[in-house]
Amino acid sequence: MMRGNRTLTIGVSLVSFSVLLFLFSFIWTPYDPLEINPDLSLTGPSSSHWMGTDENGRDILSNIIVGSRVTLITGVLAVVICMLVGVSIGIATAMSPKWIESPAIFGIDIVLALPTVLFAIVLAAVYGPSTFTAVFAIGIALSASVAQVTRREVNVILLADYVVAARASGSRIPRIVRKHVLPNLRASLFVQASSASAIAILAESTLSYLGLGTPPPDPSWGRMMASLQQYLIADPIFPLWPGLAIVITVLGFNLLGDGLREALDPTLRRDVE
Amino acid sequence: MTLLQVRNLTIRFGQKLVVDDVSFDLDAGQRLGIIGESGSGKTLTSLAIIGLLPDAAAVAGSVVFDGAEILNKSDGELSSLRGNRIGMVFQEPLTALNPLMRVGKQIAQPLRIHRGMRMKAALARAIELCARVGLPDPERLVRSYPHQLSGGQRQRIGLAISLACNPSLLIADEPTTALDVTVQQEVLKLINELVREEGSALMFVSHDLPVVSSMTERVAVMRSGTMVELATVGELFSGARHEYSQKLVQAARRSDDDFVRVSRGGRA
Amino acid sequence: MTELLRADALSRTFKLPRASLRSERSVRRALIDMNLSVNEGDRLGIVGESGSGKTTLARLLLGLDVPTSGAVSFLGDTLPLSDMRQFRRQIQVVFQDPRSSLNPRMSVEDIILEPLECLAVEEPHAARIDEVLASVGLSGDMRTRYPHELSGGQRQRVAIARALAPRPRLLIADEPVSALDVLVRDEILALLADLTANLGLTLILISHDLSVIARLCDDVVVMQHGVAVERGKTVDVFRAPSHPFTKTLIASVPRLPELS
Repeated sequence: MMRGNRTLTIGVSLVSFSVLLFLFSFIWTPYDPLEINPDLSLTGPSSSHWMGTDENGRDILSNIIVGSRVTLITGVLAVVICMLVGVSIGIATAMSPKWIESPAIFGIDIVLALPTVLFAIVLAAVYGPSTFTAVFAIGIALSASVAQVTRREVNVILLADYVVAARASGSRIPRIVRKHVLPNLRASLFVQASSASAIAILAESTLSYLGLGTPPPDPSWGRMMASLQQYLIADPIFPLWPGLAIVITVLGFNLLGDGLREALDPTLRRDVE
Repeated sequence: MTLLQVRNLTIRFGQKLVVDDVSFDLDAGQRLGIIGESGSGKTLTSLAIIGLLPDAAAVAGSVVFDGAEILNKSDGELSSLRGNRIGMVFQEPLTALNPLMRVGKQIAQPLRIHRGMRMKAALARAIELCARVGLPDPERLVRSYPHQLSGGQRQRIGLAISLACNPSLLIADEPTTALDVTVQQEVLKLINELVREEGSALMFVSHDLPVVSSMTERVAVMRSGTMVELATVGELFSGARHEYSQKLVQAARRSDDDFVRVSRGGRA
Repeated sequence: MTELLRADALSRTFKLPRASLRSERSVRRALIDMNLSVNEGDRLGIVGESGSGKTTLARLLLGLDVPTSGAVSFLGDTLPLSDMRQFRRQIQVVFQDPRSSLNPRMSVEDIILEPLECLAVEEPHAARIDEVLASVGLSGDMRTRYPHELSGGQRQRVAIARALAPRPRLLIADEPVSALDVLVRDEILALLADLTANLGLTLILISHDLSVIARLCDDVVVMQHGVAVERGKTVDVFRAPSHPFTKTLIASVPRLPELS
């Protein structure tokens, strides 16, 4: 079944790469990412500094490695929030009577209409930029789409005879959710989480780029892109590194989501008689 | 004259053998039933004949239609046959029809493609065909969408489409299985009439032995991809040779007996 | 004769979604004024095609749906009862399609365990699971299997085992063999006949297949468009139908060719 699912393989590889950077950041970096060396400002890639140095003489490679922390932590936390909130709302809405479900769908649609990043910008403008604001904003914004997809899937599950059978067996709603709805949602949740991670990471990078994400001095890929792009003329390679890091991570999660969907989606596995 | 000649038809999905060495003939105007349970390969066999198997299928053997080999021919070559000289009716009329196109237009399609008719003429013919398949108020009905019609009506539209170009062979795959029993009888009667009037050959695929035996003269019994028996209906019921065919006949007899016993005279 | 289940002027109407903001919401009358009385030991068949209201009736009788008007009573008490568990222990159901009536993520053991746990059945659950698997002709090592590892017939046996686990008095079987292969149908029908006889079960069998009804049911109710159009002893109704719909149904049964 997993044979030849290239999308999944590539996705897993790319994500693993970022995760490795993350783990590595706690063990060792070539240099202290925060160490300023004014006389080494903006040197290109060399044997001592593989990716070169930024305008303050800080080693770019070390900053990339440590920058993965912000990216992945924000991404993971945001996804945790959006999944918890989104799935709960999705399940609750799908199992509610019509008079609750209709306004709830309407509410979800409204939040859905807000662009994630815009929402985050507004929150950051009000509460000041920080990792927490970014995580919260992204998490809430993404939860709407998770809620919508979950709601639809749960509605399909609820139509199945085995749910009716469970009711006939005396199962009450909490048990039905636990034993019947959630297990059958599992595959979809993995896929949604992967896709949400990609969006979350991209959103975090955008926020950091705009200066509304994690404030200095903690290294952040998005902020590095913003500060290094001024020096494009000096050497285009500078903003390339954080950009590449972002692309690899986001692409990785996207492909992971696609690959999982391919591997787990039963409708794609057609039984021909 | 032999219209369709299938020899050593074998279908594989990767390593899995799903149809194994199936051979049969069908003469012009004749009727053949293919009976089997789920997984018997009966549908795959009928799809193989007109080249509608999924890409993953590896097909070997020979299918000669009207003197020409058509197995493994390109889609382009086969599309001139499909809907034209070979018509096909499927089980689920709701998915076999385009939900976004009015039914009249769908009947007109094969006429436009294969007969080069202009839309107006094709639609007029479509109205005639609707009347022929027993649909009421054809002028108004051709403007309907599939979801506005009942299952039986949709299946009649499916028949109209498949017969639009007077095919010499009609392949019907479980055409009445999804229909209510009362509607089933009418549609079967309709297929019977149409095939007889056109002089088309009929290949009727089903799991339902009583239905198949009322529609065809000969029956091929399939099980797990193999054709275990090929006999006339009479031979099958008076003395089927293969054990599996015997079981099928027994099961059909049993249901029939149950019904007869109660409707004719109460429990013995 | 104990009257187990009763329906009085039972009706169920569904409101359909609006076609547009201004048009009226149309209704679908799925069940109209249904009266039914099922005594202990009865074997009742409900015959109808799609849209006849038979499935709606089944859901109402099982207390899985609320009637628009009329009432369902169990042993004289109107549904919903204050203790539905007692009701569910006594009235169980087998559905048509074993592919969708068994949760694909649950093992056979978990599937049969569910009613035992939810209905707080007092005997040791593990032993009961083995017992009920044996009674449907399945071996104990089936417990760890998952639905996709079983054949259609085996799945339906599991569904029957699940229904029998809490030792019900009445079993509602909604098209129990329609989704099964022809050869398997016979086995399952034989199983149902045996179980009904050996366990003294009261049976309500819903089917569009008259030969199935003929085999298992003493009484029959014929439904069309939500209304019971004819009822009586199966023998009488099949032999001498009075309603035109019943006549059409009987005439539509595919018959075997008249051969030896």
